[in-house]
Amino acid sequence: MEKLPFERPTIQKISAGIPSKHGISRKLEPLSHIDGLSIKSLIDDYGSPLFILSESSIRKTYKEAYRAFSSRYPNVQFAWSYKTNYLNAVCNVFHQEGAWAEVVSGFEYDKAAANGVSGESIIFNGPDKSKEDLRKAIQNSSLIHIDHFDELYEIIHLSREVEERPKVAIRINMDVGVYPKWDRFGFNFENGEAWDALNRIKASKNLDLIGLHTHIGTYMMTTEAYKIAASKLAQLAVSLEKKHGHVIQYIDMGGGFASKNTLRGAYYPGTDTTPSFDDFAEAITSALMSSEIKPDHLPMLILETGRALIDDAGYLAGTVLANKRLSDGRRATIIDTGVNLLFTAFWYEHDIRPIEPISDQMEDTTIYGPLCMNIDVIRGNVMFPLLKKGDHYVVRRVGAYNTTQWMQFINLRPQIVMLDMKGKAHLVRKGETLDTINSQEITPEHLQNFNL
Amino acid sequence: MPNTMPKIRKNIAISESGFVFDPLSGESYSLNPLGLEIIHLIKNGQTYEELSEVLLAKYEVDQETLDRYFYDFIATLKQFNLLEVETDA
Amino acid sequence: MPKLTIALSGLNNIDSPGPGIPVIRGIRDSKILNARIIGLAYENLEPGAYMHDLVDKSYKVPYPSDGVEPLLERLKYIHEKEQIDVLIPNFDSELFTFMKSEKTLREIGITTFLPTVNQFEERHKSNLPEYGKKYGVNVPYSEPISSVQDFLQHKEKFEFPVVVKGKFYDAYMAYDLDQLGMYFNKIASKWGLPIVIQQFVKGTEVNVVALGDGNGNTIGAVPMRKTYITDKGKAWGGITLEDPSMLDLTNNIISQTHWRGGMELELIRTAKNELYLIEINPRLPAWVYLAVAAGQNLPEALVRLALGEEVRPFHGYATGKMFIRYSYDMIADLDEFEKLSTKGEL
Repeated sequence: MEKLPFERPTIQKISAGIPSKHGISRKLEPLSHIDGLSIKSLIDDYGSPLFILSESSIRKTYKEAYRAFSSRYPNVQFAWSYKTNYLNAVCNVFHQEGAWAEVVSGFEYDKAAANGVSGESIIFNGPDKSKEDLRKAIQNSSLIHIDHFDELYEIIHLSREVEERPKVAIRINMDVGVYPKWDRFGFNFENGEAWDALNRIKASKNLDLIGLHTHIGTYMMTTEAYKIAASKLAQLAVSLEKKHGHVIQYIDMGGGFASKNTLRGAYYPGTDTTPSFDDFAEAITSALMSSEIKPDHLPMLILETGRALIDDAGYLAGTVLANKRLSDGRRATIIDTGVNLLFTAFWYEHDIRPIEPISDQMEDTTIYGPLCMNIDVIRGNVMFPLLKKGDHYVVRRVGAYNTTQWMQFINLRPQIVMLDMKGKAHLVRKGETLDTINSQEITPEHLQNFNL
Repeated sequence: MPNTMPKIRKNIAISESGFVFDPLSGESYSLNPLGLEIIHLIKNGQTYEELSEVLLAKYEVDQETLDRYFYDFIATLKQFNLLEVETDA
Repeated sequence: MPKLTIALSGLNNIDSPGPGIPVIRGIRDSKILNARIIGLAYENLEPGAYMHDLVDKSYKVPYPSDGVEPLLERLKYIHEKEQIDVLIPNFDSELFTFMKSEKTLREIGITTFLPTVNQFEERHKSNLPEYGKKYGVNVPYSEPISSVQDFLQHKEKFEFPVVVKGKFYDAYMAYDLDQLGMYFNKIASKWGLPIVIQQFVKGTEVNVVALGDGNGNTIGAVPMRKTYITDKGKAWGGITLEDPSMLDLTNNIISQTHWRGGMELELIRTAKNELYLIEINPRLPAWVYLAVAAGQNLPEALVRLALGEEVRPFHGYATGKMFIRYSYDMIADLDEFEKLSTKGEL
């Protein structure tokens, strides 16, 4: 006789009066394959935990975003936000699709240049640009987005030393009716600071003012704010043309589009509430098209969205280390991924699920990482099937920020593979070894030996 | 392996659907099918050897795994005060 | 009329009741509708599920916070067994999910009569100031905050006491910063962010229950004053009012927004006789049966609108009609609790 599949025996308290978080129990569908490749085989081949990126998902999402904007606006350009994920393989997929590079440090600038992005296709943002960074950016005709007056004066100063004319835009912050208001980057719109900065650039004669830039926030769940922001930038463009007869070449709306992850504290899941690219595109393009900018002077529209383009393409697969019961009887499952690798666990209710059908039985579980730290929680209070030691899990939507913000802490950072368009796996970043760490260290002569 | 099997408290009501009612505390619980099966085997006075023989024959499971989850299950029953309190003889 | 199957939620007829049971009573009172009532319950102890004279069969459903997919899956299962004609969600927290699923539900033969996402979004508590400006309605000053720190930035714009409000439910008066912080945490842990801080407007609380047909017409509207309020801020009793200014305000909002579905306006009438709009609830309220008793069977009209029938607006209602809310200890069998909690059906 065929034996029946084994399922752990369980008993659960039925909540009577107190509303529990969960109504009828629902099944958590396992995710066994990515682009046709079994996650189990990837873990067997490359180790656990393992970051897995899907090239086809990146390209599909990019095309979707590009279509949403380009079908509504005549001149659209994306620039890949390096800080969101600067693995060269990832950047180059975006560059192949036609995206420029958007960088916020000298390091990122050099990384983009080393990838082969030409200077005039690099947008240099952020408050941290050294004099040498700026000089290099000017010489390479990169697009410098000025963050503050000190930087503006530095560029004016450099423009007397360097042969090439600096190509500049300013970053503008503004009230778009959202919380928190981002007013620490760029020049303020409402108090006239931005207009002042534009006039000083025009007065300097040596600088080419080519664009206007804003970046209104992060994880925006409302499109209305973009509409307001685009209208305000359009107003400035119109004023520039009126006063100086100057037509700007582009308006850069930055990024900040939310991905489909669920924020901690949100009531509805992100898959239900996150606006689509079409929603964002409609808000931004309708504001520009209906502005007073003359139709034949409509500037190029640049978008630097990072998270919404890459989050879905990233997966983190790994292994259950142990199960235990907490003092109140709740289940705790310990996995081999902690907040050192999954930084976004601090603000998302990550979608974590088993990779094979294990059990219909769900239990209120807290999922802990392997670090010896109390804050190492991947999911608190989630209805989760009863995984055994050695079973595998996969976390979805981890493509943004994790492989740039991860820490080498207590453990080494694992391998990253990318599945190509045919579903073939390529190692795109090797797992760290003891050598990776030790090769950076220098132990003084007198500390090299000891006797225990 | 235990010499004595745990005993389910006598006044605990257990229905065929796996619904458990404890009249002492007023709490209700829900058992999954294997939980219910194990409770029945315990109530029938089976030893752990007999119980595991039945389950090993019926399910895709090894002795070590069964041991582990059996004790986790019993610990939970104990936590919910559904077992007879053992008296030190 | 052929027998209809109507599914409803909001069966939590407890001390601060959901609107499910009062809506069902309206449908049961109807001389036009002949309905089998399916209850949709989130909790094992929702009283409506055990009230078999009002609810024919109940099913447990997953929480809207689990997302659209699991809810739709469950509804499809229920629909297969029951052939639901009309579905009336009665919780604010469900509406977004049901609005999102409206088309899918229609495709499988379930009709609803809900506000549009736009109507629903713009009346959110956090958007009330813009709403007031847009439609020419007095509203108290308010700010959405995502931390107590946020509030400190706006401190000078407020005077204590202020009202601390959750996204969907719950509102508490805070007399100082400590209380504000306490209520902030309490509400945020349950309903998420943002929390809305609203200037307290002194006056009498009055309410309107209304039904818009989606084309700008008010099908019915009945104003009421709460005669006594429980310590939870819920009506203990209420009385219908003859107040043309409240009806004008209601008609004004419905005609401008083309509101579709049931709604409740929460208003404050100040000593100077000005009306302030405090909140718009995007569904029929728990006291809707008072409107039925006063001559406007709004639940019946809502079902008929959902079925695509032409419904003529109500004219008039009895003023001075009262309701007094009472509680009643229903006796239930353990096996019924067992059925609902383990099988999810009763």
